[in-house]
Amino acid sequence: MRQKMRALMLVAPLLIFVVVTFIVPILSMLFRSVENDIVPNTIPGTVIALSQWDGSSGEPPHENVYRNLYIDLFKAEEAKQHTRLGSRLNYEQSGLSSLFRTTGRSLDDIGELWQDPLEDIDPNFEEGSFWFEMMSGTGGEDFLETRRELMALMSDEDMSGDVGFVPSEEIIQLLPWTARAYTDFALWAAIRDGDTVAEEDPWESVYGALGMDLTNPDTVSAINSYNGAGASALQAAAANIDQLPQFGFREAFTEEDKDWGSADIWATIKLYSPSMTPGYFLNSVDMTLTPDGIVMKPENQQIYTTLFMRTLIMALIITASCIVLGYPVAWLLANLPMRTASILMILVLLPFWTSLLVRTSAWKVLLQQQGVINEILVWLGFVNDADRLVLMNNATGTVIAMTHILLPFMILPLYSVMKTIPPSYQRAAKSLGATNWTAFWRVYFPQSVPGIGAGSILVFILAIGYYITPEIVGGTDGVFISNRIAYHISSSLNWGLAAALGSILLVVVLGLYWCYDKIVGIDNVKLGG
Amino acid sequence: MADGASNEAFVEFERVQKSYDGETLVVKDLNLTMPKGEFLTMLGPSGSGKTTCLMMLAGFETATHGDIRLGGVSINDIPPHKRGIGMVFQNYALFPHMTIAENLAFPLEVRKLGKAEQEEKVKRALDMVEMGSFGGRRPAQLSGGQQQRVALARALVFEPELVLMDEPLGALDKQLREKMQFEITHLAHQLGITTVYVTHDQTEALTMSDRVAVFDDGRIQQLAPPDKLYEQPENSFVAQFIGENNTLEGVIKEIKGNTCVVQLDGGEIIDAVPVNVSQVGERTRVSIRPERVEYNRDRLHADAHTLKAEVLEFIYMGDIFRTRLRVAGNDEFIIKTRNAPDQVRLKPGQEIEIGWLAEDCRALDAS
Repeated sequence: MRQKMRALMLVAPLLIFVVVTFIVPILSMLFRSVENDIVPNTIPGTVIALSQWDGSSGEPPHENVYRNLYIDLFKAEEAKQHTRLGSRLNYEQSGLSSLFRTTGRSLDDIGELWQDPLEDIDPNFEEGSFWFEMMSGTGGEDFLETRRELMALMSDEDMSGDVGFVPSEEIIQLLPWTARAYTDFALWAAIRDGDTVAEEDPWESVYGALGMDLTNPDTVSAINSYNGAGASALQAAAANIDQLPQFGFREAFTEEDKDWGSADIWATIKLYSPSMTPGYFLNSVDMTLTPDGIVMKPENQQIYTTLFMRTLIMALIITASCIVLGYPVAWLLANLPMRTASILMILVLLPFWTSLLVRTSAWKVLLQQQGVINEILVWLGFVNDADRLVLMNNATGTVIAMTHILLPFMILPLYSVMKTIPPSYQRAAKSLGATNWTAFWRVYFPQSVPGIGAGSILVFILAIGYYITPEIVGGTDGVFISNRIAYHISSSLNWGLAAALGSILLVVVLGLYWCYDKIVGIDNVKLGG
Repeated sequence: MADGASNEAFVEFERVQKSYDGETLVVKDLNLTMPKGEFLTMLGPSGSGKTTCLMMLAGFETATHGDIRLGGVSINDIPPHKRGIGMVFQNYALFPHMTIAENLAFPLEVRKLGKAEQEEKVKRALDMVEMGSFGGRRPAQLSGGQQQRVALARALVFEPELVLMDEPLGALDKQLREKMQFEITHLAHQLGITTVYVTHDQTEALTMSDRVAVFDDGRIQQLAPPDKLYEQPENSFVAQFIGENNTLEGVIKEIKGNTCVVQLDGGEIIDAVPVNVSQVGERTRVSIRPERVEYNRDRLHADAHTLKAEVLEFIYMGDIFRTRLRVAGNDEFIIKTRNAPDQVRLKPGQEIEIGWLAEDCRALDAS
């Protein structure tokens, strides 16, 4: 037991290093491929309200959804989170990114539609201190904490701290929309901006929310019997609701952008409301989630299945080329006299010690149309100057360069296996009457198969995830799925899709490894000895 | 020589030389003639050129100079697979990825024999080495002795006229080795195959062979049947290399027909047979086998020369007694006596007189 503990202590630094720098990032990356928290976190109220809506009706959702959207989106806009949400939804339906961005800019204008008449009815509504007095009270602590949590989830920031404001239980009951909007404003002003809530003018959304409350006849009658702080201003507003806009938030949103009236948009938002989604994986295999179920994407948008197939086929071609080129070299290495063999070995290893980037760039110099190979061919007269070979920026270039780069990974395991085959086997075969070829094919080759297996696994798995070389010499025809993953990681920032593509790649490799184990047997793989 | 062996030359080496680097000769001027059916052993220390000779015969090495003939035909330019020579390797070289039956069928398959004929021959060969039930196994599942038998069966299955064996018993333990020695000779004689056997174990060479070729320094030092080799070595190397041997150094004093008188360096006079010495005054190394030394005066010729000896050590070995003496300044002089009822057991410190029949003591070159 103590021995085991000591052994564990010895490997602990490496173990921790591997877990922290390798396993945890991979797991988190895998998790990203299904994670969809951004939608329910950014517009939580809208998501709940939307669950009541039947997307198949073809009608846009109920006013209630738009009201929630307004409240959610307003604070998201303050936290600059609405564009992130737009980008996320844009992966599923293009146009949503700009819809969210432009709408974000006009949220203040929508609020002012109610703010201006309200301030005309009673100038008290202009005063931050008046609002503070009207909204604060006691009993709303739980309400405050709920809003605080939602805010924290939405903005991804620490919202803890003293707000200097507690909503009144009575006003929460009386003006539910206004209480939400004002509490959000108070939280943001106190904690994010570090201001005193009472001295700040409320957000435009608070006026909008009051407008929402005033459309409810029950609220209007309750206001008339209300006698708390700000009662007179509220009663004045209730008495003059005909001066307020006579339309709802659906109209307000649709006015800003008619897309908000489209059931399609809302169907997409509803589909991607849950915090887990198969969407990224479906995207990775050129499918998409629609309200009618899972369907293939239109032909002209299908790219990933083609890319996966191409990656697999090209990795196989590269592996095969490595076997064909590497086998004779490994054979020479194993059978030449020591001295010559070590010189040859250096030639094999030399590229190994050279930077990958340098080697790939060298291939660029060699392969391009005005490059070394074409110049020589033209000079020798094998190729017309007019039709020089296209060796680069296509699959040919990728195969040539990657075969060269991965060749040592084939030669070294082959060599180490061949080194262990005693020459007496071939001698025995010849003494038994076999020709050189039969002796090789029947006796030597079967014994070198474990080396081919080991080399192939190495080369294939390295090839399938290769990135730099296809990026440099592959053009558009010669890029691999890994290049697409890199693009989504660093350019389009669609990490979920990148994670899904990566997960599929991982599963494919594991699946192939499993098949290989079943067919050849992993015990037959020798990396040496 | 075995029954049915003709005297016609079957394997011939004529003035064969071999050099790997073009400077030093590993095999120097080798001449050897073997009749059909003979069991010949090439014996020698490592590096003496015996394995090289075997490899040249098998075709894996080419002779730098000279001619190797098989059945009267020069095989210098025939590749190994067309020579039709069976070979058993030191590490057996059974193909690990094939079963025993597939291993045996391999030479038949490359000769394009029919399936039924292959099966029959494989079965017969396996039965011959008593391995009939092992056809479906792989070499790694067999013991060393079993692998040895299979290797032998594989070398014989295509019925070659000549079989080469390169230290085939080296990896086996003593008991198994002795058993296999007997089986191999028995099989070789039974089938009438010509066999060239390479070993560095002299007991193996003596017990198995019709003739033994003792190799040293790239030459055959002596080529003779085992008894002649042991009893009548032709030079100091062979005398030293084969069996136990006592040597004394001296100068030829007198030569009378086929006996001579040698004066040892300490002044003592002894009788010997001159082998490769020719003139009086020449330095010589006399060689006498431990079991031919006599200390009972009655059994010697009346005029035989004797030497004084002091017993240093007496070792009881069961079947024999081994006594170490100091003779003419040599502390390592050994005599062996049979454990017979009337045998005298010498005691350390005892002074005795020893002698021998002149024909048992051979005056050889001093080198």
